[in-house]
Amino acid sequence: MMKNIIEIKNLSIDYPIYVGTVKAVRNVSMKIKKGEVIGLVGESGCGKSTLGLSLLNMVRAPGKIINGEILYNNTNILDIPYKELLKLRGHNISMIFQNPLNSLNPLYKVSEQFVETIQSHKPKIKKKKALEMAEEMFEKLGIEKSRLYEYPHQMSGGMRQRIMIGIALILNPDLIIADEPTTSLDVIVEAQFVDFLRNLKDKFDVSIMVITHNLGLVAELADRIAVMYGGKIIERGEVEKIYHNPMHEYTKGLISCIPNVKAEQKKLVTMPGAPPDLINPPSGCRFSPRCPKAMDICYEKLPELKTYDGHEVACWLYETEKENS
Amino acid sequence: MKRILKYFTIRLLLTIPMIFILLTLIFFVLRVMPADPVKSMLGAHAPKRVIEQKRKELGLDKPVYSQYWDYLKQLARFDLGDSMIMKQKVITPIKEKLPATLELIIFGLILALTLGVFLGSYGANNRGTKTDTTIRLYGLVVFCIPAYWMGLMLQLIFGIWLDWLPIAGRTGSRVLVANFNNTGFYLIDTLMAGNFTAFFDVLTHLALPALTLALILSGIFVRLTRANMLDVLNNDYILAARARGLSERKVVYKHALKNTLVPILTMLGMQFALLIANAVLTETTFSWPGMARLLVKRIHLRDYPTVQGIIILIAVMVSLSSLIVDLVYAWIDPRVKY
Amino acid sequence: MPTTLIRKFLNYMSESKKKYGIQWWILIIGLVIILFVTLTALFPGFFAPYSADNMEAGKQLTGPSSQNILGTDNLGRDVFSRIIYGSKTILGVAFIAALISSLIGVPLGLISGFVGGLFDKILSLIMDSIFSFPGLILAIALAAMLGPGIVNITGAVAVIYIPQYFRQVRGQTLSLKEEVFVEAGRAIGASKFRLLRKYIFPNVLATIVVIFSLNIADAIMTEAALSYLGLGLPAGIPDWGRDIAMGKKYLASGYWWIITFPGVAIVTLTLGFTMVGESLSELLNPKLRDK
Repeated sequence: MMKNIIEIKNLSIDYPIYVGTVKAVRNVSMKIKKGEVIGLVGESGCGKSTLGLSLLNMVRAPGKIINGEILYNNTNILDIPYKELLKLRGHNISMIFQNPLNSLNPLYKVSEQFVETIQSHKPKIKKKKALEMAEEMFEKLGIEKSRLYEYPHQMSGGMRQRIMIGIALILNPDLIIADEPTTSLDVIVEAQFVDFLRNLKDKFDVSIMVITHNLGLVAELADRIAVMYGGKIIERGEVEKIYHNPMHEYTKGLISCIPNVKAEQKKLVTMPGAPPDLINPPSGCRFSPRCPKAMDICYEKLPELKTYDGHEVACWLYETEKENS
Repeated sequence: MKRILKYFTIRLLLTIPMIFILLTLIFFVLRVMPADPVKSMLGAHAPKRVIEQKRKELGLDKPVYSQYWDYLKQLARFDLGDSMIMKQKVITPIKEKLPATLELIIFGLILALTLGVFLGSYGANNRGTKTDTTIRLYGLVVFCIPAYWMGLMLQLIFGIWLDWLPIAGRTGSRVLVANFNNTGFYLIDTLMAGNFTAFFDVLTHLALPALTLALILSGIFVRLTRANMLDVLNNDYILAARARGLSERKVVYKHALKNTLVPILTMLGMQFALLIANAVLTETTFSWPGMARLLVKRIHLRDYPTVQGIIILIAVMVSLSSLIVDLVYAWIDPRVKY
Repeated sequence: MPTTLIRKFLNYMSESKKKYGIQWWILIIGLVIILFVTLTALFPGFFAPYSADNMEAGKQLTGPSSQNILGTDNLGRDVFSRIIYGSKTILGVAFIAALISSLIGVPLGLISGFVGGLFDKILSLIMDSIFSFPGLILAIALAAMLGPGIVNITGAVAVIYIPQYFRQVRGQTLSLKEEVFVEAGRAIGASKFRLLRKYIFPNVLATIVVIFSLNIADAIMTEAALSYLGLGLPAGIPDWGRDIAMGKKYLASGYWWIITFPGVAIVTLTLGFTMVGESLSELLNPKLRDK
């Protein structure tokens, strides 16, 4: 049994805004094991990015974690003092963001941004040593060493995203959170980047959490997938199981949306309906207004995650089936 | 390097039409207007013959366009000519007064930038709090205060009620300027001479006028800094810097501030004109023996060549300041290429 | 029904307040200030207890009291009454100067931006040169040469603000004339004049309103500064800037009220127009967020 790196327990996050409170994340529990790649999938606005930020306790104001725990090495990172938290960020848990073009400060050389990261966690390391570490990292990333001493604007988007990964990896973290890492890359660069990420797992002993709206991307990368909808995890399991045998209607919808080049699909499939209103969410299952198989109970009671056949789903459909049988 | 040099040569050449236009404008404004310098020089009741003679002496009897042509020829030799009123070259009083003005505006500008950038970034980082609202209000109100009135109020509070600081001049009566006067920048002169009593005296005299300028201009910098900092803080590289575990202080004052300063810097060139305008009012209020006050005095005396000379010099200073801003801009932002 | 009307009005006010937040408050406060000063300028007799040059309003150089709420000056004139009467001067000069600037700057900007070519290049160069030069110094030179007088001062103030209108209007015209709706107008055979008047001008109007308001604020400061320097209006006309210059002599003896209150008046009035201009620029153009 592999060790858990992170354990999220019953996490809820609110965004109070002028017109009401957005219930962005609700009662989410999750474990991330050492060395695994977990994909967190959902539409924009489903709370997946907020969940990612909460792992660094970096939910942006006015967002607030109202309930739950995030355990790292058996300590709740939501409780530790700010200084301890700073030591954690970028050292034990790193994060990379959607937009690689804008993730590096344009006014500092890449080398400087490596050095400051190293030195802010390990102040004893001299600048020269830090630069050596960075150069070594560039080798592993497959980028010429000399480019370390350039400014971000002199590099391509794909290269900058690899550099972001490099900075995230430089202090050997246990977990990297990658929030939509390929969204702003074009298709060819995206494919290269996915290859790159896959190789990364072998070179570094690190867990990765890939946050994306693109089920196709995690299908190639992840060991396990968690699907989020309306602030809740609605389905979770091994990649093969989710991909070949999706149980939740929403997951089924997502899979049918993946453009399939080989099947010579004529039409681009889209999912009907709009994402749920998270200020006044439906009282029952949050997907019920869009669900083709909704029953009466779906509009009244919220289903919980239950394990069926080795993978978890929150849907009344299976619960009632079991009761009936 | 060669490209930068080329760029700045072109920029420098481009300022010539600007100076030329201003100079032309001022020349004709001064000549076409009804006020007569000779009359104001000799008094309204001087005999006509004397007036005519003086006009001839000054070249004022020639047609305006030929006077203009003569003036241009003179300028091409880098000669601002002679004063009409005093027996001196135009450049003489300017040379004498310029350091006083520069000392005042440089000191004021540094204070204003420090104050404005600090308040502005503090406000942006505490957006929506009461302190932030107060800072925004400060930025708005201070922008609407006339420099001379601000100066008078500071005189009243610090000079008269509290009696802490002197309210006029550059030095006290017990300080002998001739003992250290070298460059005309008294702060530097007194330090070079090692005369600390005099240095302190000069500093206390500089305090209120510089503070006046600084407070007035800080309003703009507060607003610029706050708005730009808010923009910058929304960037992903700020989020990424936080995610790397950098302290809030490093995130704000290393990453955000430098990016905030870039647009502020580009606007600094424009603020220079405002700085000069406020310097006129501040110098008048504090009897500061600077160039701006000289200008007002010579305007009253109708000393055309001196007025023209000062205005050309101000135009040159304005162009130079935007040139310097460009240089610093290229130095701060690696994306800028000339 | 007046009550329903009032309720509707109040509803509208609270709705807009919610929608636009703090900017809306800034606009309202600015408008109230402007309205109040305009009233004092139009009906000074109603607000002022004494006339502006009544030297028997009180003893000379007395501080604020129940008789003279803001004190008296060195000639025994009531400071408060002088401020009330002075509002007409400063508001009048600033408003008319701004009007003249806009009437010259806007058409020039429209034509220059629309016609382009050499004409545009030369005009832009001239306007940019004036714009980059400290306006106050130009106004000082103009005012000094023209001599004192209300028309001269208004003219001197007006000249220095022309480039502001010109630059903004020209810039917008340049981009507007490439827009599809202007092309469409051209296609249906609208004359150049009609294109400018019916297609481009209405789209520039919002900007002009904003500049106009900020321009008045600036013109108030310039007028007061000229008066302070003794280049303003002839003696006899109550004027805030000159009152401050006069009171300056008595500051050292501690007579603070003579300069303090006219200054407060200048700040308040400038603030009023600045607030209106700034909030309008934000409400009319959300893209220009508090710059």
